[in-house]
Amino acid sequence: MSLLEIEDLSVTYRTAGGAVPAVRGVSLELPAGAKLGVAGESGCGKSTLALALLRLLPPSATVTGRIMFEGEDVLSMKWGRLRAVRWAGASIIFQGAMHSLNAVHRVGAQIAEPILLHEDVTAAEAERRVAELLRQVGLPPDRARAYPHELSGGQRQRVMIAMALACNPRLIIADEPTTALDVMVQAQILRLIEELVRDHDISLMIISHDLAVLADTCDRLAVMYAGRVVEEGPARQVFESASHPYSGALAEAFPRINDPASRLRPRGLAGDPPDPEMLPSGCAFHPRCPSAVEVCPRVDPQLWPADGSSRAACVHVLPDHGASLVEEGAR
Amino acid sequence: MSTPTVAGPRRLAWVRRGRTLLRFWREFRRNRAGVVGLVLLVGACVLALVAPFFISDAELSVTKAPGPLVAEPSWDYPLGTDKFGRSILDLIWQGSRVSLTVGFLATFMSVVLGTVIGIAAGHYRGWVESLLMRFTDWVLVLPTLVLAISLVVVMGRGLGTIIIAIGVTAWPVTARLVRAQTLAVEARPFIERARALGGGHWHVMTRHVLPNVMPIVLARTTLLVASTIIAESTLAFLGLSDPSRVSWGTTLQEARDAGATSAGLWWWIVPPGVAIALVALAFTMVGRALEQVYNPRLRERR
Repeated sequence: MSLLEIEDLSVTYRTAGGAVPAVRGVSLELPAGAKLGVAGESGCGKSTLALALLRLLPPSATVTGRIMFEGEDVLSMKWGRLRAVRWAGASIIFQGAMHSLNAVHRVGAQIAEPILLHEDVTAAEAERRVAELLRQVGLPPDRARAYPHELSGGQRQRVMIAMALACNPRLIIADEPTTALDVMVQAQILRLIEELVRDHDISLMIISHDLAVLADTCDRLAVMYAGRVVEEGPARQVFESASHPYSGALAEAFPRINDPASRLRPRGLAGDPPDPEMLPSGCAFHPRCPSAVEVCPRVDPQLWPADGSSRAACVHVLPDHGASLVEEGAR
Repeated sequence: MSTPTVAGPRRLAWVRRGRTLLRFWREFRRNRAGVVGLVLLVGACVLALVAPFFISDAELSVTKAPGPLVAEPSWDYPLGTDKFGRSILDLIWQGSRVSLTVGFLATFMSVVLGTVIGIAAGHYRGWVESLLMRFTDWVLVLPTLVLAISLVVVMGRGLGTIIIAIGVTAWPVTARLVRAQTLAVEARPFIERARALGGGHWHVMTRHVLPNVMPIVLARTTLLVASTIIAESTLAFLGLSDPSRVSWGTTLQEARDAGATSAGLWWWIVPPGVAIALVALAFTMVGRALEQVYNPRLRERR
């Protein structure tokens, strides 16, 4: 049994303009001890997916499907059980550490917060654990007495990581953990997260727009577009020889070192991600797709097996490029 | 520190509380204006407490007062006298008892009510918010005086009635302000983090929302103290209080009735006003110092 199994998860926001689908039928699996990356542009539903895992979405969101965490369905959990699973079972490293820390409390008190909420320990014991956690993330224990504004961006992110580890969770969800940090600090923080999840045998789910970062850190990668997983497979393979044109474009968006040709090729992708209220027919990616063919607007692609153990939602991975599907639909 | 004593957990907790208090005081002391304000407030309270030992009933009697009528400040009467021959200084001194009591208690009551209702409305949203806010609006549009008069009819006249009448009519504005600030704070990411790490409603409201709405609550408190002292005089003027009790408000009211402004009797009308202003100012200074203690970003960097 996997630690986390997401089955056909859909999230729809009710807005004044009608229902807006943010996540549309996502199925993912995360075995214990594995590292899964979720990539995609802004607005593709990756953060909504992360928040849905612990039922942190606002009441205006309707969630359907199943989220099995250690064999229990998160979506049907009672409130008390859900509170216990939050942080003690799965914790989150939020993006933007400055705003995720309360400016009026010392960071030590904030790291101790989940410990005191979930475990019956004395304040002195919590203080001792905070010092130990700070040491693990490479901060001197006396920084516990600092306020968030007295720390640098990288130090604050280390505090967030210490907080995520506080209750020994089985799963850490890192939502853009390195956004807004400079490149050197980004690398340090990623190495730190990698080391800690390995040492503590914690499963990791990283969400990022940076495919290179994910390919470097994770075992498997899922690429999302317009609320759907369009490709899922071993991280290296998705990054280097993508089966879906969108994953390819996302990988191309970052220059490769030692490949002068890649710097001269036009990079990136024309156009904007689709408006979730008005999704294109068929494959949602076809208006921007460089290799779109005439069947694309008429076929709703599923995750079909592609090379090796990867799967992709693109007609090009089918032997007949989707021709038979169109005939089926026409009949 | 070096003597190894067997300390129980309760004793340790007290030691820790003491240390927190000490740290609080050290932080507070750094703000000089706050200390001045605190000294003013404590001084005013002590003076109010000891007033009966220095002022006899006869000196405040409208029939038996010993002084000359409406006399300018002199050696015997440093702040002059009123139309009954009472010393203005004695009136202010004795009046501080009622004014401070009403000012503190009514303000405390309305601020606590307003803060609790405001945070609850801003936190729970949905029908709870609608219900609380409609109730708030309803109290907000109720005429204060009519409500106070009805309360007096039901509860009988007296200081307690006045405090409750002001307390239950002054909170809606606080509730609206606190709710607006709560909505702003609730939208910040650390609230999402607090929920993600398993914090319940109580945890989020007390640990994360309350400290962040405290500045607005403190600002509101300092403004309210002055206005409740004035409100007390209005109610006293309408005969809803014990008319034989002097307060800063009643002294102002009497001075105005006697035409002190047009007659140029400044010694009668200025002192009660200055007293109210001083207490309000002291509150403001203490409030700002407290805000600085609660919000570490306002402290100067060391």
